[in-house]
Amino acid sequence: MSMSTYLLSRAGQGVMLIAVMSLLVFLGLFAIGNPVDMFVNPQADQAEIARTTAALGLDKPLWEQYGHFVGKALHGDLGQSFVHGASALHLIVERWPATLELALVAITIAVILGIPLGLWAGLRPDSLAGRFIMGGSIVGFSLPTFWVGLMLIMVFSVQLQWLPASGRGAVEIVLGVQTSLGSLDGWRHVLLPALNLALFKLSLIVRLTRSGTREALTQDYVRFARAKGLTERRIVGVHVLKNVLVPIVTVIGMEFGSLLAFSVVTETIFAWPGMGKLLIDSITQLDRPVVVAYLMFVAVLYVAINFLADLAYSLLDPRVRLGGTAQ
Amino acid sequence: MSAPASFSKFVSAYRRSTAASLAAIVLLLVLAAALLAPVLSPQDPYDLAQLDLLDARLPPGSPAGDGSKHYLLGTDAQGRDMVSAILHGLRTSLAVGLCATLFAVAIGTVVGLVAGYFGGRLDALLMRIVDMQLSFPAILVALILIAILGQGIGKVITALVAAQWAYYARTIRGVVLVECQREYIAATRVLALPVTSVLFRHLLPNCMPTLIVVGALQVASAIALEATLSFLGVGLPITEPSLGLLIANGFTYMLSGKYWISFFPGLALLVTIMSINLVADQLRDVLNPRLRVD
Repeated sequence: MSMSTYLLSRAGQGVMLIAVMSLLVFLGLFAIGNPVDMFVNPQADQAEIARTTAALGLDKPLWEQYGHFVGKALHGDLGQSFVHGASALHLIVERWPATLELALVAITIAVILGIPLGLWAGLRPDSLAGRFIMGGSIVGFSLPTFWVGLMLIMVFSVQLQWLPASGRGAVEIVLGVQTSLGSLDGWRHVLLPALNLALFKLSLIVRLTRSGTREALTQDYVRFARAKGLTERRIVGVHVLKNVLVPIVTVIGMEFGSLLAFSVVTETIFAWPGMGKLLIDSITQLDRPVVVAYLMFVAVLYVAINFLADLAYSLLDPRVRLGGTAQ
Repeated sequence: MSAPASFSKFVSAYRRSTAASLAAIVLLLVLAAALLAPVLSPQDPYDLAQLDLLDARLPPGSPAGDGSKHYLLGTDAQGRDMVSAILHGLRTSLAVGLCATLFAVAIGTVVGLVAGYFGGRLDALLMRIVDMQLSFPAILVALILIAILGQGIGKVITALVAAQWAYYARTIRGVVLVECQREYIAATRVLALPVTSVLFRHLLPNCMPTLIVVGALQVASAIALEATLSFLGVGLPITEPSLGLLIANGFTYMLSGKYWISFFPGLALLVTIMSINLVADQLRDVLNPRLRVD
């Protein structure tokens, strides 16, 4: 399969996924729930409900309503929030930079700590430190995110009082990007939630690096490098690391989406003003237009991220393209 | 080999790991504590008549105001004994996790058997759905369903099942594809046995070791997922508090140093999840070493 056909088929799958998502969300929130609830104030009287039903065309057949929903969605109109009185999509987009910032810091922490730890565990699998690292990664896998978050708050905010337990530092615009990382206070705020969010990916990267390292050490090119008398530093730093990086780059790409999903939990614990916290607030307040907007935004984001990860992977490793649509 | 002999062989293989043996004992204690919660609890934590607001937020080991008893792990904001609350919460958490896993196993197994055995377009369609769902994290799938269905115990179980059935479907399909290469399946074709008999009497038993291992691992993640949903306030209702809800209730008091309201339910959750994981890991090594990932 040629590169362009491959990309086209992946893009087509992405569009399909978004279409299916929109159908599910539509059926779920518009058809199963009482659709009028989405648009009228819960305190509205009978006459207003009837008026809204007619105005929204809810007496029309379902497929026609779906067409209407898609038409409006394509123009970026996903309804108005009941609670905030603003465009639902706008609310999501407004909080997106905070979530992105948290996720980026988290993935950076996971990579910066994970690769050296994984290398260590891979080079010395039987040492005490190596076993300790692997044991830690198993614990990191099985601990629920919210529990770790609570423990971080208990230790670092309540007992030691080193870092704040909630909120985000002052936001400023740097090079056109909204960020709180320009100040020390911003970093103090982001550290605990980012560490919390990073833990699962950290465990994953440690394990990937470890198995990649162990695999590389048995390869001929490493043995040849040894025979050539290269320093251990060069063998590990260049030859082993290169072999390890390909799967890690892919995993970072593919796991970034799940990082955004898990930020729902972390943002709620640390009162981080991102879109995940907005989702939970909207679910509990029955602010359905915002829930719809979140789901559609995340679906599009997911498809875009997976597409980019696929693209990066097929550029790094040409064998993948031959596999066609295998996932 | 007779059944008792293979069972004792299984036990001796399992006992080779000290950690896993300890975990199995801990897990049995946790299960017993959950089953016997009404008997073991010093008070009925949801009988308001037994609660005394004057005893609210007492630290662990405090005596009750009327001197009748001691609160071993302290009390919560309503003066509820934490030991009793945790035992009942554990019961709810385990019940929901096991129930969800059972349904998810049933649905996933049928889908996996059908997809793997029949192959072709049906297989391609089913696996495309499975792939699509697995590309979204379980927590997101569960949140979407909660947002659509609303809250409540049945709805949480539905959300957990929806978030997890795809794992079983994919795993079982993999096993079926391998089994279908074996001679006994060719024999069933020659004998023209009915399809249901091939699927459920011949293929299913050969999927059991895999199902037990994956199921055991997934019970732990079902429990963790339910706890997460309840902690976020979108899971179980306040009338049936699981461990996650207990932890959420204590969260506000944690910042003022009253750690026990959240900490001990969290510890109970942790011990449960870790012991299930350790037992499941050992089961995998004993029953089906092929599944070992690392």
